[in-house]
Amino acid sequence: MKVFYRMENRTVELTGRRRVQDLLRELGVIPETVLVIRGKELLTADAVVEDGDEIELRRVISGGMV
Amino acid sequence: MKCRKCGKAAAIELRRHNTAFCADDFLGFFQDQAREAIRKWKMFSKKDRVLVAVSGGKDSLALWDVLLMEGYTTAGLYIDLGIWEYSAESRQKAEAFAAERGAKLIVEEVRENLGAAIPEISFNTRRPTCSACGLSKRYIMNRAALDGGFSAVATGHNLDDETATLLGNVLHWKGDALARQAPVLPSTHEKLVRRVKPFFRISERETAAYALLRGIDYIMEECPFAKGASSLTYKDVLNRLEAESPGTKHNFFFTYLAKMRPVFAAADRVGLRECVRCGQATTSELCAFCKLTDEVAANRQRKGR
Repeated sequence: MKVFYRMENRTVELTGRRRVQDLLRELGVIPETVLVIRGKELLTADAVVEDGDEIELRRVISGGMV
Repeated sequence: MKCRKCGKAAAIELRRHNTAFCADDFLGFFQDQAREAIRKWKMFSKKDRVLVAVSGGKDSLALWDVLLMEGYTTAGLYIDLGIWEYSAESRQKAEAFAAERGAKLIVEEVRENLGAAIPEISFNTRRPTCSACGLSKRYIMNRAALDGGFSAVATGHNLDDETATLLGNVLHWKGDALARQAPVLPSTHEKLVRRVKPFFRISERETAAYALLRGIDYIMEECPFAKGASSLTYKDVLNRLEAESPGTKHNFFFTYLAKMRPVFAAADRVGLRECVRCGQATTSELCAFCKLTDEVAANRQRKGR
């Protein structure tokens, strides 16, 4: 599967089925900081992703001060 | 994982609420959270004209979207910071959002208001960039609201923004800030317009999910000056705690509001007056915005520009 980090504009390729929560742990991503998207679908932590999937990790944290 | 309301497949899990929702029910939950914040904190009513500060990002555009759907009378205010491509793109997102909905958007430029854009201010003053930018935005927001006769300025601050600010205030024991941080910053002077934060109950991840599900086109790039900002470090720390113990951010902020803020507020009584130069509300003779303007002008003169 391809995992696209939107903010960094980079893609990593992985093989094998796993749950989203395991994928995030493997990639060292804190779940609260991203949305996990497949196509137009938002994925929950227990959703299974597999070979052939194209997954987007969209970072949701913005900085600065108002 | 199933939606708590309808039993269909869930699109998003909210661990701090120990629940999950499908896309449709999440949108309903999200709007309820904003509605509850507005009602409980008496932020504004349908009779008010509300100025929504929009940056082109997910939080502020989601806020404007919710307020338009709820039938509030609003106008957007986009403040052009003059930060190269970042400002050009974020302005385009705000303008496109307003045009699609036939909503009024007011555009103000920092360069016109302060005599220099944010990059120049950053290079010409000793103030941290985010601090000078925040000060400029708050000043311009207030003046635009006064000039336009709006009764409140609404900003897209979410639970993550509030907890990160709170953590910073606590770490540095900023008593004055701890006395005032709240979902509603009341008008304590005739030249100070009330500021409200209808998303303070909602996490940043939830506003991103809302924007995605509602098809809101927002700027995803981070402001180039935000790199290394302490607010990002605080958010990272809080999100690590949240991952281990869901509800940490909510408890931190809501307990502060209920128990600690009144203690700090009782110890802090600040009188406001009008700035001798621009007439805006301030605690000193010359307001912080005018001081910043002087600093930019003096440094420019010193460098012969």
